Amino acid sequence: MAELVGAVAIAGGGIAGIQSSLDLADSGLKVYLIESSPSIGGVMAQLDKTFPTLDCSMCTLSPKLAEVARHPNIELLPYSEIKSISGAAGNFDVTVTRKATYVDPDKCTACELCLAKCPSKVLDEYNEGTSKRKAIYLPFPQAVPRVMVIDAEHCIYLTKGKCGNCKKVCENDAIDYEMKDRDEVIKVGSVILSTGFKPYDPTPLEQYHYEHPDVVTSIEFERLLSASGPSEGHVQLADGTTPKKIAWLQCIGSRNPEIGRPNCSAVCCMYATKEAMVAMEHDNELETAIFNIDVRAFGKGFEQFYQRAKNEKEVRFIRSRPSGVDIDPVTNQLSLRYEVEGSTETACEEFDMIVLSIGLTPSDSSKKLAEIAGVEMDEYGNVATAIDAPMTTSVPGIFACGTIVAPKDIPDTVADASGAASKAHSILASERGTLVTERTYPPEKDVTAEEPRIGVVVCDCGINIASVVDVPAVVEYVKTLPHVVHAYEQTYACSTDSLDIIKEKIEEHDLNRVVVASCTPRTHEPLFQDTCRGAGLNPYLFELANIREHCAWVHQKEPEKATEKAKEVIRMSVARVALLDPLYTQKLDFNHAGLVIGGGVTGMTAALDIAEKGFTTYLIEREHELGGLLRTFTRLQDGRTTSEILDPMIAAVKSNPNITVHTGTTLDEVEGAMGSFKGKLSNGEEIEFGSAIIATGANEFVPEGYFGYGSENVITQSTLEVKLEEGTVDAKNVVMIQCAGGRNDERPYCSRVCCTTAVKNAIRLKEDDPERNIYVLYRDIRTYGVWEELYTRARELGVLFMRYTEDDEPIVGNGTVTITDKLLNDTKFEIATDLTVLSAPLVAPDGVEDTATLFKVPIDSNKFFLEAHIKLRPVDFATDGVFLAGCAQAPKLVDESISQASAAASRACTILAKDQLETSGVMAVVDEDVCIGCGRCTEVCAYSAPTLKEVEVVTEEITYVTRKSEINPAICKGCGSCAAECPTGAITSRHFTTKQISAVIDAFAYADGRIEEVA
Amino acid sequence: MAEFEPRIVMFCCNWCSYAGADLAGVARLQYPTNTRVIRVMCSSRVQPTFILRALKEGADGVLVTGCHIGDCHYVDSNVHTKERMENVVDAMELLGLEGRVQLEWVSASEGPKFRETVTEFVEQIRALGPSPLRAE
Repeated sequence: MAELVGAVAIAGGGIAGIQSSLDLADSGLKVYLIESSPSIGGVMAQLDKTFPTLDCSMCTLSPKLAEVARHPNIELLPYSEIKSISGAAGNFDVTVTRKATYVDPDKCTACELCLAKCPSKVLDEYNEGTSKRKAIYLPFPQAVPRVMVIDAEHCIYLTKGKCGNCKKVCENDAIDYEMKDRDEVIKVGSVILSTGFKPYDPTPLEQYHYEHPDVVTSIEFERLLSASGPSEGHVQLADGTTPKKIAWLQCIGSRNPEIGRPNCSAVCCMYATKEAMVAMEHDNELETAIFNIDVRAFGKGFEQFYQRAKNEKEVRFIRSRPSGVDIDPVTNQLSLRYEVEGSTETACEEFDMIVLSIGLTPSDSSKKLAEIAGVEMDEYGNVATAIDAPMTTSVPGIFACGTIVAPKDIPDTVADASGAASKAHSILASERGTLVTERTYPPEKDVTAEEPRIGVVVCDCGINIASVVDVPAVVEYVKTLPHVVHAYEQTYACSTDSLDIIKEKIEEHDLNRVVVASCTPRTHEPLFQDTCRGAGLNPYLFELANIREHCAWVHQKEPEKATEKAKEVIRMSVARVALLDPLYTQKLDFNHAGLVIGGGVTGMTAALDIAEKGFTTYLIEREHELGGLLRTFTRLQDGRTTSEILDPMIAAVKSNPNITVHTGTTLDEVEGAMGSFKGKLSNGEEIEFGSAIIATGANEFVPEGYFGYGSENVITQSTLEVKLEEGTVDAKNVVMIQCAGGRNDERPYCSRVCCTTAVKNAIRLKEDDPERNIYVLYRDIRTYGVWEELYTRARELGVLFMRYTEDDEPIVGNGTVTITDKLLNDTKFEIATDLTVLSAPLVAPDGVEDTATLFKVPIDSNKFFLEAHIKLRPVDFATDGVFLAGCAQAPKLVDESISQASAAASRACTILAKDQLETSGVMAVVDEDVCIGCGRCTEVCAYSAPTLKEVEVVTEEITYVTRKSEINPAICKGCGSCAAECPTGAITSRHFTTKQISAVIDAFAYADGRIEEVA
Repeated sequence: MAEFEPRIVMFCCNWCSYAGADLAGVARLQYPTNTRVIRVMCSSRVQPTFILRALKEGADGVLVTGCHIGDCHYVDSNVHTKERMENVVDAMELLGLEGRVQLEWVSASEGPKFRETVTEFVEQIRALGPSPLRAE
């Protein structure tokens, strides 16, 4: 067998590829992240807000972009595509074509001088063509990598041999018109495919008149809503006026077999709801309407979000699918004709703007990539995977995640991505750390006893700063500031040669503190800190003064005032840097075992995934048998029996030497934190572990009091499944009732799985006996994603679907069910039935509160565990080292539970795989002599980093026991909230100490440049 | 006499409002030059004494900014900012410094809101005139 290679190639730099990359890189594997466009970020970078919390998309994404950019184990290959893959699992050769960008990434500083001079204007892809960009461009402001790229198709020099403006103005000689595409071969042990989707192009559906300027796609509408979009977030019509009425048309390019797109795209109902809500927040006069077939609000918090939109925001949800958009030939006015639900009437309504909720389709590049990789595809063009191995392709060693597998939303994509990382990590576990290079630095100078000797670099940033701020005058002023021993002007402080000059200056002038006055610390601080380290300075003895984003760029018409401001900003930075202390990270030994609570399919998958990577794993299940909820069901949607996946999984768990299974056991006590948990089991045994996964699952609700449950011939879906497998269903007329005990005041959430389960079982009943009459009474059919095919199939087999509403529920009588069908003009039907099957929601099991208390993690109002961030951290808790997966987080299907289980294992293993835990330098510490043990710090900390411990105080007169705060350095995130809360000043928030911030405030005050040491 | 130019100290959190200010810069949104930003990791680091110190040392106004509630990089630490700032704002009223201290939420994508927030606050302070605490 070929040698294993401890590296992974990840194709696609959207949120999926980013998450896989970070998990693997954090676990000690080398990552090559290959992205076909010039920047990573994918579609999420284009979104304005995200549902159902209306969080800002870019705010949550951009820290991840920056993390990828500076991760030492990630090599980013932007503007590149995979050309071929050869080899086998553990050892692949991947040939990557690096497309010519015509800009040397090592020389370009993204100063944007070239932008101003480029005469060629092109439709901007980032804004979906709603604005223009230049032929040389940065894809979007937060782009990673932050280098320019030339669009060869539109560059006048490259197409006609004329112009050359960018080369003329570039002061770093970064433009290289001679650059050619080149192939590069990388050696990896595994490949992850995460190239995502393409939004459906509605042009072929002529009836929707996409050519009309006020008929836009949902992704275009995202850009119109975005503050960074073409109109700063003010939605405008083509004529510049503000729309008063906007309609969304759902299922454009989805649930439409006629155009070969039969499946549901899974995200459109929610994004349309979000877009309507955000648009109404921008303009409270705005009227909105969403035309839909079913509202598929199936995810965590979605149903509540939908209800809020409907009831509080008054978004109109109209259950109708207009056949097209009408345009008045004279006025160009848009209107929609639609059938009014519950009547035979047709309505016609005018709208100012129509948003087409376009579906997710497999992208051409994804199809091409799948062919190159040789992986099997399904009939819809998605990469084929199985329910019990949702990230595993047909080719060993090649995994897939995100929307290349099926349409899915961001959290499911992120879970998938971590799950795929787990699979790749498992086969390469023995190679962890082999291809990772630690950077080496010269020994650090001890500067603690020295007077500050500060060097200041003032950057021109080409003309970005220098055209507004009088840089030479600023330099002269800076030289007069206390402790400044050297100051100079630099054209580009961040270019490679300038960084070398900084190192030389540190040595030449024996500097022990450095200030660079240039751009935002959010992008360049790590670069300059690294330069300081390279010259033997502690990286925390550095400060960036932002005189570009916060000064030159925003005061372009007031050069004198901007110059004064720049002086003051630098003065404040000099005052701060003088008082900065060297900071060090601490490395702590820790326990590398993992704990999984819950022995269902989720818990078992998580345990196996951890154990496969070589870590001791404890699996705790309170029942006497493994298998969990899935034991109560008999078949999967793909027709296989549940035991076909459960039996081998249970056998694998029991035979894995790294896994210790405790059935019939509960975890009763937990103390400690990430890396050093100690737990006590109900059998008295004590265990130690570094990380934990909560996978306590869910149960089918017993629908006592709903639809005649308890009487003869009224059963739930799980009972039906058992009867079906036994062959004991003795009924000719079967009625299924959806949402039995769900989507109501007691359980306001959608249980996600019941529609798919009901449709699956309806098909089974019909296949078992085609003569049977099957009726499914529903509120919305939520067979999202690829399971729409089951819904279609059921209807083809003759299963009848009838819609009811919450305020007009079916009545189960003796041998009959009565329903008023909303789709058939409110006609009342009495259905003769000999079996009624209730689709009851999944509910949290008893005892979840106890588990939550053990680990100090939150549960939501429906008693499901609450993750750290609903979009980007779906399996993390805010508490470090503790993760969640499966139905414990919210109801979900088996493949989704397995994806989350692997994801949680991946996340846990990013910790367990480390040799030592490293603390941050920026954190809070307690001075015990000053602490009075009041405990206010413990109340404000979101992470429970401070705890009160009992301390014996010995003085000459008396010895007593008192309480003192202690902050766990492994947990503290350095926000400084505790320091602000501490009434005695006992807590120091390192790098943001009271002394340092006070000095900055004082430096603000002294306009004469006097800086006094603050006592 | 030269027109009164307010001198304003502004606290920005690293993750949202500082990034919002960066975005205002990237978009070249123009606003008055009167503010001086002090960056903190989280708005919850801003202890009331910083505000008092800034006022005592000559600031005519202090603007504290952070992530919107729910967006906090540190789970819900900005809830504590909100609680503390409500008390500080109340105290300012008692001290006759009403309107000189304010809390605003600005997200990392709200470049335009950053500009508006700064512009409005500068005008508010300009209308109030120099701080009575300002040492002349």
